[in-house]
Amino acid sequence: MKYADYYAALGIERAASPDEIKKAYRRLAQKHHPDVSKEAGAEDRFKEVAEAYQTLKDPEKRAAYDALGRRPPGEEFQPPPDWSRQHAGGDAAGASGNFYDDIDFGDLFQRFGARGGRGQLPGQDFEVAVAISIEDAYRGTTLELNLSMPEYDASGQLRRAPRTVKARVAPGAVDGQRLRLPGKGGKGFNGGRDGDLYLDISLKAHPLYRATDHDLYLDLPIAPWEAALGATIEVPTLGGAVKLKVPAGTSAGQKLRLSGRGLPRPRGGAGDLFAVAQLVVPAQLTDRERGIYEQLRDQSEFDPRRGFGGEAT
Amino acid sequence: MTDKEVVWLDEHQVVSLAELVEVSGLSEPELLELVNVGAIPVHETRGAVYTFSARVVTVARTACRLRDDFELDMRGLGVALRLLERVTELEREIGQLRAQLPRV
Repeated sequence: MKYADYYAALGIERAASPDEIKKAYRRLAQKHHPDVSKEAGAEDRFKEVAEAYQTLKDPEKRAAYDALGRRPPGEEFQPPPDWSRQHAGGDAAGASGNFYDDIDFGDLFQRFGARGGRGQLPGQDFEVAVAISIEDAYRGTTLELNLSMPEYDASGQLRRAPRTVKARVAPGAVDGQRLRLPGKGGKGFNGGRDGDLYLDISLKAHPLYRATDHDLYLDLPIAPWEAALGATIEVPTLGGAVKLKVPAGTSAGQKLRLSGRGLPRPRGGAGDLFAVAQLVVPAQLTDRERGIYEQLRDQSEFDPRRGFGGEAT
Repeated sequence: MTDKEVVWLDEHQVVSLAELVEVSGLSEPELLELVNVGAIPVHETRGAVYTFSARVVTVARTACRLRDDFELDMRGLGVALRLLERVTELEREIGQLRAQLPRV
């Protein structure tokens, strides 16, 4: 297992008082708690801080941690042979040398609370964030999640165990959709109920579509003459290309709705697809195009800045 | 795993108070206090029997985490949940507005 420096995680001296430990935890928890902070890596940082606090706030666990000595963070090590007998109730007494190999450093101290008890223990709930494509949200998908889950072994000890969980996500998931998979979290011990697995779904950015709930938005580039005269344009949708009638006199930013062409709703129906008109002009004009535009400029009475009331001219 | 083994935590699913206690980690008195201060909305009330939208499961689990991680009492928790709800709503509105903005 890899050593973790809990004092460094909390930014405190090894001789810190219980009050200093609590203050350091509270300060860092407010900064990094994943329900409060949106900064990158906040969840991992909070896990470090919480794991350190859970051990150092308990005098018995802190003494056991201190007895491991001071090592460089991340260093592979095994607790001394008599450490388990002195501090952890002797669970590892007589065990082979690799007893600790698949025990997470944090889990080493978690079992202190359950020591001596061999009654029922519920399995741990597990939450995982999953990003899926908009196409998968539209069609539905089956996720294959490779997880490392804390599970109880035969002696009631928490160990990290690789688990592969398949989860069917039916069509209609939106950004922020939460799913619960009952019994797919950590296994319970001695008849305790299995934990649940929670999926926090997000939608990956898409080169064409932007999703908001079940509605989709798509930039629709149109030429000035298509905007002025109207046109029927082929537009991509998740269900295949469709013809869209652009009405004459369409302005930039105008939203053209394709009803029911958004993401499906889980209970039937679907959101809409909004094609947002973007007027695009050629970067370079041919002589003939320039002539036509100049002719239009000279003959048109259209004033796009009429709303300015003449003050800006 | 079939579709039926996956529970969508949305407004179409309803959970009882006992189920909410089981999945959230909060006690029944704690949940009722959060209901009373309006931090957890009730789907339906029949006498003293409450049901909740399954969307609330996420809120209740967040409440449990905040209770444990910040050692908050129920009054502090109620305020924190209300503020988080406002943040979530504002983020949703920003997301809607951003989706309408052209990429260029």
